[in-house]
Amino acid sequence: MTTTALLVLVIGLGCVAWFFGRVKASGFVSAGEKRGTIHSLPSYHGWYVALWAAVPATVFLIIWNIVSPGLITDAALASPVAQQLPTDSFSRGSILAEARSIASGDQVKAFNPLSETMVEPYRTAISYYQTLGMAAAILLVFACGVFAWLRVKPDLRARTKVERITMITLLLASLIAIITTVGIFISLIFESARFFSMVSPIDFLFGTEWNPKSVAGSRGESGFGAIPLFWGTVFIGAIIAMLVAIPFGLMSAIYLTQYAPSQLRAWMKPILEVLAGIPTVVYGYFAALTVAPALRDLAVSIGISGASSESALAAGVVMGIMIIPFVSSMADDSIAAVPSAMRDGSLAMGATKSETIKKVLIPAALPGVVGGVLLAVSRAIGETMIVVMAAGLAANMTANPFSSVTTVTTQIVKLLTGDQEFDSPKTLAAFALGLVLFIVTLLLNLIALRVVKKYREAYE
Amino acid sequence: MNSGAISPIDPTPTDWSGDLMQKRIKKRYAAERRFKALGLGAILLSAGFLLFLLVVMVGNGFRGFTQTELPVEVDFPALTGGAQPGQFEGPNAEARLRSLGVQDIVNGSIEVQYGNDGTDLFSAGAWTTVQASILKNPSILTEKTTFYLPVESELDVAYKGTGNPEIEKKISELGDRLSTGFNSNFMSNSDATDPMQVGIWGAFKGSLITMLITLALAFPIGVSAALYLEEYAPKNRYTDLIEVSINNLAAVPSIIFGLLGLAVFLNIFGLPRSAALVGGLTLALMTMPVIVISGRNAVKSVPPSIREAALGIGASPIQVVFHHVLPLALPGILTGTIIGMARALGETAPLLMIGMRAFIAKPPDGITDPSTVLPVQIFLWSDEVNRGFVEKTSAAIIVLLAFLLTMNAVAIYLRNRFETRW
Repeated sequence: MTTTALLVLVIGLGCVAWFFGRVKASGFVSAGEKRGTIHSLPSYHGWYVALWAAVPATVFLIIWNIVSPGLITDAALASPVAQQLPTDSFSRGSILAEARSIASGDQVKAFNPLSETMVEPYRTAISYYQTLGMAAAILLVFACGVFAWLRVKPDLRARTKVERITMITLLLASLIAIITTVGIFISLIFESARFFSMVSPIDFLFGTEWNPKSVAGSRGESGFGAIPLFWGTVFIGAIIAMLVAIPFGLMSAIYLTQYAPSQLRAWMKPILEVLAGIPTVVYGYFAALTVAPALRDLAVSIGISGASSESALAAGVVMGIMIIPFVSSMADDSIAAVPSAMRDGSLAMGATKSETIKKVLIPAALPGVVGGVLLAVSRAIGETMIVVMAAGLAANMTANPFSSVTTVTTQIVKLLTGDQEFDSPKTLAAFALGLVLFIVTLLLNLIALRVVKKYREAYE
Repeated sequence: MNSGAISPIDPTPTDWSGDLMQKRIKKRYAAERRFKALGLGAILLSAGFLLFLLVVMVGNGFRGFTQTELPVEVDFPALTGGAQPGQFEGPNAEARLRSLGVQDIVNGSIEVQYGNDGTDLFSAGAWTTVQASILKNPSILTEKTTFYLPVESELDVAYKGTGNPEIEKKISELGDRLSTGFNSNFMSNSDATDPMQVGIWGAFKGSLITMLITLALAFPIGVSAALYLEEYAPKNRYTDLIEVSINNLAAVPSIIFGLLGLAVFLNIFGLPRSAALVGGLTLALMTMPVIVISGRNAVKSVPPSIREAALGIGASPIQVVFHHVLPLALPGILTGTIIGMARALGETAPLLMIGMRAFIAKPPDGITDPSTVLPVQIFLWSDEVNRGFVEKTSAAIIVLLAFLLTMNAVAIYLRNRFETRW
């Protein structure tokens, strides 16, 4: 029986236990117990028994699943056949792995005749430990279930106990966010540390030549200089994309909040939301298929040299369009947060609407808008698919928007989707780039959120 | 300008009807109109871009749902030596059919009707269409049957649009024997090397399984975290820490989650590469903060009077939340969940990191089988050099967008229908 099936069985038995607990507790009233003397409702007694029955067995199954492969291997190695295995750990490991997959039915034929001999001991060990685990789990369900069932009495504080478990579950769920953050940080730092033990951080952060090879060369010419990548990222995400997104987003927000008739506003807001909901891979395909060739033809026709079919401009413009709804909704929020007294005052003095907007609303909403733009930048530099599909792989340091540049995210994808040998500096470099990206976006977000918060407080 | 300046110490009232003032007002109004037009232009351009994108995708993509066909007449009784339909029913039909050699029969018929190079006109997998129709209805074996089989990719592209002169010549030779039919393979097949044989079913199923795993993990965890933070958490440094990390996680680039999945799920836990399980886990970590944030807003909007009333008649704090607050906040939570799931459905980058970019020609059967998802399939097809893949990529995008728009529409409907304004 597989672990999944066993888990389902345990949960099924838990449901049965719930029923028994509830039935016993419902009997209290008919047995002459006064309603006021019973501490909890019958269903809480049911939950109490069910939790006792299912939770310890589930925990046991999870631990057993981690421990048992080791036990199985030990048992198989203890068999007499195992004496003839080679002693070096590599070929030994591959034989064992093969034997194990044959024994568990994932593989039909062995490539190594030695594995064939190990199949039988493995099969015995697997069936032995599987039966053992199953028996122990079911025993645990019954033992704990019966123990809890016997404790079901009118004065059992079942509700308090069940509620305490619920509370702990809720707390654990909210801790997952912290665990994830810490997990990201630790895994990035750990892998980056391995990378920096092969390539000096100074070369990485300040080198200007990006040409990663599987083996790090002598210092200084390793080709892991990430400056061209950082420039490409900033050029596309923070310059070109923002040149598109800020004017369009800001003007859309102004028009929607200040001028648009409510009918138009009711239509335009969902349309902008749809624009925000289109997957980035679709934008990327659009940029590569339609925008990039058109821009290249334009560049050629006006005589710009170095125009390539994968250009920074194509990726940047499409990314900017993707960010428009984001900038627009942030600007919308900050303009709406400006107290209407300021706006009314300006209008009462005889200023036109556009004068009020330009001279009163925008200056007052500026911190919020700036915060929104910072968030938009952090989003743009972390964006992957558009640049992977439209920006190209050449690590150029150029300010010509028609030529091809590469970005941090593009290189992460490229480094990790080739041939994978996990210990080469080439793959580990992806984690170092990821670490830089994570830290930069984190800082941008923290600053942006602080700016926005300060600004909100100023008007509250 | 200076001559008509309004200075605060000028006692004479402003002459509004004067030429100078009228000119100034005109100028200011013109500026006002320009500004307004600019705003309208910005928003119309944004919407116009969306329209342009959709038109390009639909224009390219609808051809992906069709295929160019040529008729082939297969004389089954003569070519099979009198195979009986009854042999090809029941569980082992497919194996027995293989021994019949459908491919040779079809190729033979093609060579008779289109000359010795005739098979070059057809897609290499064209005979599978015949095999499938025999399996569906074995009785066709007793008669001469005409099949409309897909032509090879270059011819298909050229017939639908334009091709090089050589192929155009072929098309004019074939004349009106060429026809356009519905590409039923596209919805039922998986990835293939021949663009005439590709389909999205494998990727679609992979997306479905991945999304189920994501939902099963992210929804309970996200809702629990939202309830804890909003209803029970004491205000101290630890809950601040939780709050900050949730807000940051929501803004971390998705590719970073892919790196986490690669380092933790694949390298430490040793889970299988490119499995829906790992994809679901990674996307769940990414979706959870979205659900927590929207869930908290929904819980916050339930008025305190509800809680006080329940507490007042003796409900415990847990009962207050689970019997009263949660049901009232559920529409808002669901809206946020759907939006988060829609985002996860369109996500590509983190899945590339955990190896979901392999060529997978068979739909996954379980959560640990190698699988791919719709956006990754789109990415893979967009990299193909064969021109036949352009329309298939756009067609897959249409399917993905249709799915996402439906999800968003459901979210908007839920929001409008069930959300109570207190």
